[in-house]
Amino acid sequence: MSINQPSAPLVGAIEKSPKISLIGTLAMLVEAPGDFDLIQQGRIWALADAAASWPNVREAVIGVTNVMLVFEQPPVDIGMLGASIVEQWHRLPGRKANGKVIEIPVIYGGELGFDLPAVAKHTGLPAREVIRIHSEGDYTVCAVASSPGFGYLHGLDPRIHMPRKSVPSLNMRAGSVTIGGMQTGVAALSSPNGWNAIGWASVTMFDPQREQPSLMMPGDRVRFRIDRIEL
Amino acid sequence: MIEILTSPAFNTIQDLGRHGARGIGVSTSGAMDPVALAAGNALLGNEDDAAGIEIQTFPFRLRFQKEATFALTGADHVSTLAGLSLRPWWCKQARPGDILAIGTPRRGARVYATFGGGLDVPQVLGSRSTHLRAGFGGLEGRSLQTGDVVPVGRPPRDAARRFDFGAAPPDVAITGAGRRDDGVLPIRVMRAGEYDLFSEAMQARFWSTAWKVSARSDRGGYRLTGDKLTLDAPIEMRSHGVVAGVVQVPPSGEPIIQMSDANTAGGYPKIAAVIQADLWRLGQTAPGSFIAFSEVSYQDAVAAMAPVNDYLASLRAVADLYRQL
Repeated sequence: MSINQPSAPLVGAIEKSPKISLIGTLAMLVEAPGDFDLIQQGRIWALADAAASWPNVREAVIGVTNVMLVFEQPPVDIGMLGASIVEQWHRLPGRKANGKVIEIPVIYGGELGFDLPAVAKHTGLPAREVIRIHSEGDYTVCAVASSPGFGYLHGLDPRIHMPRKSVPSLNMRAGSVTIGGMQTGVAALSSPNGWNAIGWASVTMFDPQREQPSLMMPGDRVRFRIDRIEL
Repeated sequence: MIEILTSPAFNTIQDLGRHGARGIGVSTSGAMDPVALAAGNALLGNEDDAAGIEIQTFPFRLRFQKEATFALTGADHVSTLAGLSLRPWWCKQARPGDILAIGTPRRGARVYATFGGGLDVPQVLGSRSTHLRAGFGGLEGRSLQTGDVVPVGRPPRDAARRFDFGAAPPDVAITGAGRRDDGVLPIRVMRAGEYDLFSEAMQARFWSTAWKVSARSDRGGYRLTGDKLTLDAPIEMRSHGVVAGVVQVPPSGEPIIQMSDANTAGGYPKIAAVIQADLWRLGQTAPGSFIAFSEVSYQDAVAAMAPVNDYLASLRAVADLYRQL
């Protein structure tokens, strides 16, 4: 940009760049600056989409406002790669959350939603109100990570945020609908789990034999519907 | 076909891992010592990533139902075929009915049994590795049990000649890959994203401590004890992708090294990452052992893979030659 163009917008020039760091020689983490919101997440999706087709990139693994590039071979010029990531970050338009809409019927409370009373107590809301707020939310899958098919969902109403447990429940069933901090999700595997179970859904979140093994994909929208309430 | 006669726990079918499905939350799995698995396959004329058995609990016994070639690599151990002693890092031909018995390693943690043609279990998402947590891959997604019968693939045609030779293990063949005089295993790492958030005192502690690989260590990760690394100001990190070898520091201050079965994502501060050239040595480090970290640059970390790649390439070339003799 030339100083002879005083009317040219300078704002873009001072926008923060992502933080780039290596995890060994075969992985590079790119973390978006700023808050956890769907705008930054959309830019991460766009960057991941682009990077996935670059030579030597084995995989672009989306996280929560970050993406990890996994390489076939150690990149020859790390500095150049980092510079081109920054350039792409500033140039690429963000991707909208325009994936499919997944409707999940939930049995709230009951035997498998055993933490609902604790969530109600913590939030100071009646259990029915917790259920209403949770089921009226509009959620977006930011990333599928941690365990096969587990979607990190954005959009949980702050009124029903609930810290993770310090001692995980030992065997939480797959399909458990949970709240962990400011996030909600559906457990994809039966395993120990530190999130709070408020219900259960009869959905197969992950099946390695399906053409698309993971039900949720980044950019999908999720709606929880009340199937039944057991209080 | 091979039949499992004795397998205490957590012995699984593994190849070099499942790559390309991290984006849907699927960790790579795969051999904890990929060099040993690839070397066994090279002795047999298989592709490097043919599936074998990773044995980490002993004694382990199997019976050959058909004639087959096999190799034993990885940890230094005592084994017998039909009652006769075998050497580690050796390949051999078995007759129908022969029993292979593998005892507890004298050194190292994991023995790899590989078979001419590889174990012929179905590929799931591009790999035969067992994903224990999700219950797929390998044999029905689980550890091997007494009575299991595992199919063996068709051996490579040009490999079906002579089998009774071995190789020097990589910790002998590659210089500088062994333990220090005090028994501590040096592990080379690069700094990772949050290294600079630790105070100089904590950084110094990270480098100087002889860390013990605790009993709470498995294919998912190694928990280290011996000291605590704390941050002056704890930070909240967003979940992000991690790879095997990353050294994370949870709030307890005791570092965890993520290994083959680690979750695809993590959120603890990362102080360092074990370089690729030393991951296989970590995979052979049993609980109770001591390790110490030393820092290398990116260029040195890349260069450190050359002796490992050269070792495997020359092993393959020599094995190919031997089979033709």
